[in-house]
Amino acid sequence: MEKTWNNKAWFLVLPVLVIVAFSAVIPLMTVVNYAFNDTFGNNEFFWAGLEWFDEMVHSSRLHEALGRQALFSAIILAIEVPLGIFVALNMPKKGFWSSLVLVLMALPLLIPFNVVGTIWQIFGRVDIGLLGHTLEALGLDYNYTNDPIDAWVTVIVMDVWHWTSLVALLCYAGLQSIPQAYYQAARIDQASRWAVFRYIELPKMKGVLLIAVLLRFMDSFMIYTEPFVVTGGGPGNSTTFLSIDLVKMAVGQFDLGPAAAFSLMYFLVILLVSWVFYTVMTSMDRNPSDIPEGL
Amino acid sequence: MAQITLKNLAHSYNPHPKSEADYALKEMDHVWQDGGAYALLGSSGCGKTTLLNIISGLLTPSHGRVLFGDRDVTDAPTAARNIAQVFQFPVVYDTMTVRENLAFPLKNRGKDAAYIKARVDQIARMIGMEAMLARKAQGLTADAKQKISLGRGMVREDVNAILFDEPLTVIDPHMKWELRTQLKELHRQFGHTMIYVTHDQTEALTFAQKVVVMYDGRVVQIGTPEELFERPAHSFVGYFIGSPGMNFLDAEVQGDQARLPGGEIVALGARYPALSGRVQIGIRPEHVALAAEGLPLAVRRIEDVGRHRLLRGEVAGRALNLVLPEGGALPAEPRVAFLPSKINVYADDWRVAPQEGR
Amino acid sequence: MALELQGVSRLVGGRVHIHPTSLTLREGTMNVLLGPTLSGKTSLMRLMAGLDQPTAGRILWQGQDVTGQRVQDRGVAMVYQQFINYPGLSVYENIASPLRILGRPRDEIDRKVRETAEMLRLTPMLARKPLELSGGQQQRCALARALVKGAGLVLLDEPLANLDYKLREELRVEIPRIFEASGAIFVYATTEPEEALLLGGHTATLWQGRMTQFGPTPQVYRAPVDAATARVFSDPPMNFVPATRRGDRLLLGQVAVPSVPGLPDGDYLAGFRANHLSLSRHSPAAVEFPCTLVATEITGSETFIHVDHGAERWVGLVEGVHVLTPGQPLSVWLDPAHVYLFDADGRLAAPASYAKAA
Repeated sequence: MEKTWNNKAWFLVLPVLVIVAFSAVIPLMTVVNYAFNDTFGNNEFFWAGLEWFDEMVHSSRLHEALGRQALFSAIILAIEVPLGIFVALNMPKKGFWSSLVLVLMALPLLIPFNVVGTIWQIFGRVDIGLLGHTLEALGLDYNYTNDPIDAWVTVIVMDVWHWTSLVALLCYAGLQSIPQAYYQAARIDQASRWAVFRYIELPKMKGVLLIAVLLRFMDSFMIYTEPFVVTGGGPGNSTTFLSIDLVKMAVGQFDLGPAAAFSLMYFLVILLVSWVFYTVMTSMDRNPSDIPEGL
Repeated sequence: MAQITLKNLAHSYNPHPKSEADYALKEMDHVWQDGGAYALLGSSGCGKTTLLNIISGLLTPSHGRVLFGDRDVTDAPTAARNIAQVFQFPVVYDTMTVRENLAFPLKNRGKDAAYIKARVDQIARMIGMEAMLARKAQGLTADAKQKISLGRGMVREDVNAILFDEPLTVIDPHMKWELRTQLKELHRQFGHTMIYVTHDQTEALTFAQKVVVMYDGRVVQIGTPEELFERPAHSFVGYFIGSPGMNFLDAEVQGDQARLPGGEIVALGARYPALSGRVQIGIRPEHVALAAEGLPLAVRRIEDVGRHRLLRGEVAGRALNLVLPEGGALPAEPRVAFLPSKINVYADDWRVAPQEGR
Repeated sequence: MALELQGVSRLVGGRVHIHPTSLTLREGTMNVLLGPTLSGKTSLMRLMAGLDQPTAGRILWQGQDVTGQRVQDRGVAMVYQQFINYPGLSVYENIASPLRILGRPRDEIDRKVRETAEMLRLTPMLARKPLELSGGQQQRCALARALVKGAGLVLLDEPLANLDYKLREELRVEIPRIFEASGAIFVYATTEPEEALLLGGHTATLWQGRMTQFGPTPQVYRAPVDAATARVFSDPPMNFVPATRRGDRLLLGQVAVPSVPGLPDGDYLAGFRANHLSLSRHSPAAVEFPCTLVATEITGSETFIHVDHGAERWVGLVEGVHVLTPGQPLSVWLDPAHVYLFDADGRLAAPASYAKAA
């Protein structure tokens, strides 16, 4: 429903606009500046045109990082979304237990990223970590610092532990808004558990699920702190995701121009993929000739 | 199809009910005849939805048994009872087409495709939605969605009963007429047992062969619409049925006469035994007429309802409503008379049967 | 002193919600907006309140243009179909809240809250929370909140739709009384013709975003200017039959009646209300229509008969309880004095003669 025009409202959002300008737009412009120029410090810039972009597009290092990143995000989504839905479906709907479960579920979300990394870094260590040591004792050859597969598994399990709650909580909120009559009608229609999920729960969760998928995609695509703390991008380059690579390039090697071009492309890729997700998910199940409800 | 028997049925939402007040549904025995059209009528919170949910199996009663035919289904789940239910608000599966919605209960029961198609077409014709069968249910108006809900309720031929929980709440008045007649028509054609829960007396009376009136968790009267109108068993029925409800006047009843507090004498249509407790006479607004001789009436307000007028006034200091025909003037000093054969006598809210041999 | 809409219209995304409407509501009047769902009642109300802006046209309040003014500055009160109260506050605090926002002195707030509560019979419940009240009491609390600030314009959007039938009946009697005591302009949206008639005052009928007629309620009821108005203002729905005038004969369906004088020959649409059909010759001028009975619905004192006359389906409301078999031939009687004639565009060509006398 549309609201009345009120010009005073602009004054109220002005502070936000100023903050966003300083915190986002101006730094972004700096990056744009670096991306098209070459600099040797001293605030001297030389026009480089699309040179950095060209270099980055053809960089095999970037291609590899992008491949790892895409694989990582795909695995994360493939695990966390179904698992989150499954957890949400099995959470108690009301009473003492539901409050308790909600608090427990929210806990991982409240832990700072680098602390999560540290927890798993220690947890997985073969010498003193509970997980690593136990696996070792069971005769499994587990060592995330040597074996790329073990490193991947550790990083993925860590992310699942950290973020599945978010998907579950969002889905839970969606499920709570389904009127009881729908479940009763389904029982009377003798619908199977699967049919209840497919035709009642999933459609009603669609809105929050879209948000969950977008958030998890963007977050996992930009992941930096946790794998950096646990593996530092290794062994070798096996867990060097885009952000880690970017930081290595910009801070480690001080290649500011290529790094800036790289981050702009990175930004555009995230924007594009998010848009694709959004469009695909909102255009499903829609009648072309829908009558808007309520005049 | 089967007759539904309720034996010593009672329900309390409190796991340890202490007094009768803890029961949402007080003990009752009732048999719903196979193929009957029943209405459960009462105000909100009277226990009618509780009773409906017990019959459909969505709720297990704390006392008593529920029988479908000879089979005890008290503890059987909803799906095992083979009933259909239509809810107050439309329940449609948004992502399915109208056809898939209607076919859903049949598909879940493994009917073959040709039968499903024929049956869905037949139902769609009845609810007037043939043109929309291929459309997604999402985005339809509330009217249309509720028609789909009704259609899904009707689609199975072998159900034991079809239960309706205030199904016309969200429907426009004009559409209500159409859907109500369709329901009656469907009942006539298929002969399903139908139980229709509502707070709307017009819906209840027009739909049902027998109306079950509930008040405070108790069934106060079961009867045909005519019985409920002419001889309400309890003052609540008198008040609840009819618009406006029955007029009640305190009186002393002796033989075939009633004496109002002011000393006015009203002739009754029959003789009554000696009564104790709070004694009242009840007369419908439709059975009070303007007359040359009778009780003086003080007029408070006249409402033109179109097809007739409602006169709200006072007789002997007590509020009295009467129904006047459309048009016509009112005399300067109106007097009213009660139709003696239509007067009922109540002692402590329950109707007193007149003595034989009047 | 009035609320005036001058050629107000509203388009949303290229779709017309309100066709150009001009309307003047005078001070101290009860105005009913009558129409089915999606006919534009709520849209029109939101324009009156200032919640939406008209695409074209002006809105004047007390002679001043308030078209672009903020809702907060307009001094309007609105009551919705849902009972909207602050659940955490007592009834007293709920009623006091609009005055607290206006920063009125404490003793004035107390006085006004108590006055309003008394008027709405909420005095015994002042200390309770809204959710501890019945639906009717909750809606009365919402009404009290709307009335307490003494707004000049009170908008009621189907305020009784979510209440039980009987509660609705009681509040319908109370609302005109409350309105008379407040002196504000009341605008009351409803889908039910009976509600409009009971509220009295003036009625504007709406049909597909267009106001079809505005006038004193009984006059709109008995002298509708077109078929749309007659249809909106009839429950049960108005019966229609094609009519042809040839000289001194008027053919209603298959039955000839004496012609209406002063009307050109041609094809018309005849309409009449359900309560004017009868099962016997109730007046000397009444004519017989051979029909087939489709269904009957008994209300206790009256019977709705659904009949087919040729291709037309009619509803009749007749006195008494009639048990008839569907499918049987049935004769119904109609006095031509109760027939309205509409021309090809749906405009009223000849009013029912009885309405002119009334």
